[in-house]
Amino acid sequence: MKKLLRRPVFLVGLVITLVLFAVALLSLVWTPFPPTKMNIVHKLKAPLDFGLLGTDQFGRDVASMLMVGAWNSLSTSILAVLLGASVGTAIGVVVAMRRGWLELVVMRGCDIIFAVPPILSAMMLGAFIGSGRFTAIIAIGVFMVPVFARLSLGAALQIWTRDYVTAAVSMGRPKAKITLVHVLPNISNQIIVQVTIQLGLAILTEAGLSFLGLGMPPPTPTWGRMLADAQTFLGQAPWLALMPGLAIALAVLGLNMLGDGLRDLLDPRDNS
Amino acid sequence: MTLLGSATILKSAAFGLAISAGLLLGQTGAEAAAKTAITVGMAIEPAGLDPTVAAPVAIGQVTWQNIFEGLTTIDRDGKIKPQLAESWQISPDGLTYTFKLRQGVKFHNGVAFDSAVAKFSIDRARGADSVNPQKRYFASIDTVETPDAATLVLKLKQPAGSLLYWLGWPSSTIVEPKSAADNKTTPIGTGPFKFVSWSKGSKVDLARNPDYWNKAVSLKLDTAAFRFISDPQAQAAALKAGDVDAFPEFGAPELIKSFEGDKRLTTVIGNTELKVVAGMNNTRKPFSDKKVRQALMMAVDRATVVEGAWSGFGTPIGSHYTPNDRGYKDLTGVYPYDVAKAKALLAEAGFPNGFTFTIKAPQMAYAQRTSQVLQAMFAEIGVTMNIETTEFPAKWVADVLKAADYDMTIVAHAEPMDIDIYSRDPYYFNYKNPAFNDVLKKVEMTSDAAGQEKLYGEAQTILANDVPALFLFVMPKLGVWDGKVKGLWENEPIPSNVLTDVHWVE
Repeated sequence: MKKLLRRPVFLVGLVITLVLFAVALLSLVWTPFPPTKMNIVHKLKAPLDFGLLGTDQFGRDVASMLMVGAWNSLSTSILAVLLGASVGTAIGVVVAMRRGWLELVVMRGCDIIFAVPPILSAMMLGAFIGSGRFTAIIAIGVFMVPVFARLSLGAALQIWTRDYVTAAVSMGRPKAKITLVHVLPNISNQIIVQVTIQLGLAILTEAGLSFLGLGMPPPTPTWGRMLADAQTFLGQAPWLALMPGLAIALAVLGLNMLGDGLRDLLDPRDNS
Repeated sequence: MTLLGSATILKSAAFGLAISAGLLLGQTGAEAAAKTAITVGMAIEPAGLDPTVAAPVAIGQVTWQNIFEGLTTIDRDGKIKPQLAESWQISPDGLTYTFKLRQGVKFHNGVAFDSAVAKFSIDRARGADSVNPQKRYFASIDTVETPDAATLVLKLKQPAGSLLYWLGWPSSTIVEPKSAADNKTTPIGTGPFKFVSWSKGSKVDLARNPDYWNKAVSLKLDTAAFRFISDPQAQAAALKAGDVDAFPEFGAPELIKSFEGDKRLTTVIGNTELKVVAGMNNTRKPFSDKKVRQALMMAVDRATVVEGAWSGFGTPIGSHYTPNDRGYKDLTGVYPYDVAKAKALLAEAGFPNGFTFTIKAPQMAYAQRTSQVLQAMFAEIGVTMNIETTEFPAKWVADVLKAADYDMTIVAHAEPMDIDIYSRDPYYFNYKNPAFNDVLKKVEMTSDAAGQEKLYGEAQTILANDVPALFLFVMPKLGVWDGKVKGLWENEPIPSNVLTDVHWVE
């Protein structure tokens, strides 16, 4: 506990992230107003004038939309990162086990995926299967795969050089078993840290996709589309752009701080 | 997005510098005199400048009446007026039109206008390999005769009561045979302005035609430029900075309020011909049932649609017709907003629990916003509408206009007096009503205006009752310009930017 208190970055990140999750979960059971309910008589009301954070051009409650947007953003991002992390890590540890030509092929493949931005792959994917949550998850998830593949390959290769692994190999243990028993548990800390950091990136990308109309279709509120819709109202209703912008910035900041804090906390060098 | 934004700003800044440099040079000569140059802003840059070979209204908005003129023309009140034809006579059976052509008219390249040129233009528009966007309007013409240089005779296969009106359209303008092929890039007409240059991606420059035939008008402008700015924020910035003097069709109604404090600029709200209608696939279930379409119409509160989608600017309509058009009837009361009745009618049609369908909505702000308002209104009667954004024009034209593969769509129809689209077969509504087709046929058989107006009234009423599309509202013409600029059109009976009468006052 003392160790935790010495790490304000970690604590602040943790608090922001917990609030974000709490708001997102709360939106599933309660919002101040129905988030898709239009009430054009009350359109473009300032914060506190109508509802907590005002209303948009259709008279919808901005606070309620932000809450539901938090859930949509988080759930999409988490699924995308989990997809990328599981596929990427699996690839990484298998390659570390086999090495040889497979390593070369997989790493060049990762380079190729890295070269295509997720926004672009989402646009191509959207053209084939239509835009929506599924497209967003796949597009972001695919982009995450090489990140985790590289990370887990590097980490796993280090583990393979450890004495206890060499001992296990010399005792004739099958390589697959060594990977499961020795390699995976020892790289899990690094994967968890990376998941946290990538989550922030995923939220940013999801917002970007929604901004361009490639995310979930209306009326589902998303932070990105709220931001896009607010553009032309910037002069008369600046809060419409400010609120989702702040939400995105805070969410990404919180997750990044949490990830940095976790990295320091879980660093094996620090432990010794 | 950010990158795009800053590039636009840089560009605007560069233009601002260029224009202010130009102003400085100009002002050293005549300080007190009124300005003789104008920069008019437009949202969309046309791909070519020949209105007789492609449909986009932006072409006519640069060239019509400025560079190109027609046998007839349409004035700011939507009335038909003589132009290159001084006068005409119509035979009692409505089959022969004899035009007396104006003498002494020269094209910008010096070639004289005569009956042979007029015949060439009409034959080019109606010929087998013509790509004229309104080619069907010439279908009634059987032969074009030129008894002498000042007389043109059109013999028709059947009466065409709207022929004189159609001859005034941008797509019917008179072109000179030798230069016609190059009009896409270097347009040459008979109009008050000559084409000077076109900087692709930014502007088209015009200069006064000193040899203009019509001495009845006194042109006050020496030069005119059309500048293309698609982003509404950049449009507003350009107006406030004085980079453009006028934006006759300003893009964002929600930004109109931001001009209120600006004493230099005036805001003029007029009418256009842009009818925003949500077309339905009349042969696809459940829209094949008239009751379903009527129920959806009654679920829509048009005033709220206008408020939510276009900041309250715009006029609700009950049929495919605007208050600009002759013989207009207000039919918004035929199926007024009534949720209870809409629900009852839907139950009667066999959908007591509503149904689910998809609207293919183009990406333009008016279409997206209107779709979202409609979505909320349909939810009130238990109907679920999914919104699928469909890129306009390419994908929309392929999916909706050509293939008619859709449930509902939404688009603004720009052509004036285009109620006849509901009689076309095939057309994307898949609406087939012989009674309606008969009325429109009668319009063409009728040559007196009052008789035509009565028939147009009947046609409007049939559509208002059948609801082949949800008739929503007419887009306003949001004109924003320098208060010292006079003579621009307030309303838009036909999409245009006529500069003939434009001048500056001090």
